[in-house]
Amino acid sequence: MTALSALFARDARIAIRIGGGAMMGVLFFLTVVTLVPFAIGPDLALLRRIGPAILWLGALLSSLLALDRLFANDHEDGSLDLILMARPPLELVVVTKALAHWVTTGLPLVVASPILGLFLNLEPAALSATALTLLAGTPALTFIGVIGAALATALRRGGLLLPVLVLPLTIPVLIFGVAATNAAVVGPMPFDTPFTILCALTLISAVVGPFAAAATLRYGME
Amino acid sequence: MALIDLANPTRFVALVEGILPWLAAATLVAFAYGLHGTYLAPDDYQQGATVKIMFIHVPNAWLCMFVWGVMSAAALGTLVWRHPLADVAAKCAAPLGAAFTFLALVTGSLWGRPMWGTYWVWDARLTSVLVLFIMYLALIALWRTVDDPTRAGRAAAILTLVGAVNLPIIKFSVDWWNTLHQPASVFRMGGATVDRSMLIPLAVMALAFTLLFITLHLAAMRNEIMRRRVRTLMLTQAERA
Repeated sequence: MTALSALFARDARIAIRIGGGAMMGVLFFLTVVTLVPFAIGPDLALLRRIGPAILWLGALLSSLLALDRLFANDHEDGSLDLILMARPPLELVVVTKALAHWVTTGLPLVVASPILGLFLNLEPAALSATALTLLAGTPALTFIGVIGAALATALRRGGLLLPVLVLPLTIPVLIFGVAATNAAVVGPMPFDTPFTILCALTLISAVVGPFAAAATLRYGME
Repeated sequence: MALIDLANPTRFVALVEGILPWLAAATLVAFAYGLHGTYLAPDDYQQGATVKIMFIHVPNAWLCMFVWGVMSAAALGTLVWRHPLADVAAKCAAPLGAAFTFLALVTGSLWGRPMWGTYWVWDARLTSVLVLFIMYLALIALWRTVDDPTRAGRAAAILTLVGAVNLPIIKFSVDWWNTLHQPASVFRMGGATVDRSMLIPLAVMALAFTLLFITLHLAAMRNEIMRRRVRTLMLTQAERA
């Protein structure tokens, strides 16, 4: 087993176990989607119109929650130092950890979104469109999030700094994710245009995010 | 004295204290000339005298993007060339840039109320400048969260470079999206479409605000160098005790 696949398996295993936080993201997603009708009122027509936006916002906030455990736990018990000294390039290590994070946190959100869409009275076209755009967009949220996670690694009093750093950078993903979903449901814009831009954002962030995070881990720590 | 001598904090502080009075005087003269030109500039045929908010709003908007560019150059200085004063420059520029962004948003909002009928609209340029403002504040928060200034400087440098992607989005947002905000009238292909009677005072005000930024920035850098010396002295004293 190569080093990177061993790291992937380790991260996935730790995340799934108790205290790992993998399923907590889905629970937070459910909580957020439940809170919205309490605030807006049970008007089903209104919920159907803004449903994709609520699902996207919930997915964004949920994936943000679990980000700070990405490097902080390793930093605390010293394994981050071992990872920094290891042979694979730090950028690939960050990509591996981000992928493990997405599989354990982002993918459950994608699977849960059609079920939660039923709570918001979305029609089947909207349910599948939301799930598809989340599948294409949540990796972007993770890869952009690793920048903030790396910046916040050694901060003891980080608090809400990590979300404040990451959220402005994820705004384009949110815009095109919701635009693609609405295009699939309502039209008149074709679904392909915002969807391909969303996929492009994921691919760009898959390169920029790990490079920035690796630079932070390398030079930002002492 | 070569440029490399500026990397020495003592020489830098000496140089700043020498030229700061001249810079401040130049700023005052530029503001006097610019405000005088603003007073003399003609009224707009549609907006009347309200158009004169432009002479404050536009330079602030230009400067909020310029300052992030200055911070990006300083970030490269920190990460690539390891210049000793680069992170001092970046740290001091952030609050100034945030202030310019805030002023651009506020003056634009006050201008929008009589002209567009609303204080705010979620169009591309206003939204992206608001995002820039949030990123300025996030950067300042990051500076204040890490104790050691050098370590904070490296982390902030990376965030500055990542956030620099917002600058072309702001500049071209009025071209890419159908927005309420006016499209580019000065820095555009084919030259400026603003009449010279308004363009000259606008350029003078832009120069005045830029000189203001340079003056305040150099003064802030000098203060920050002093602050770090005090911190080092306090740490040394604590160690000896």
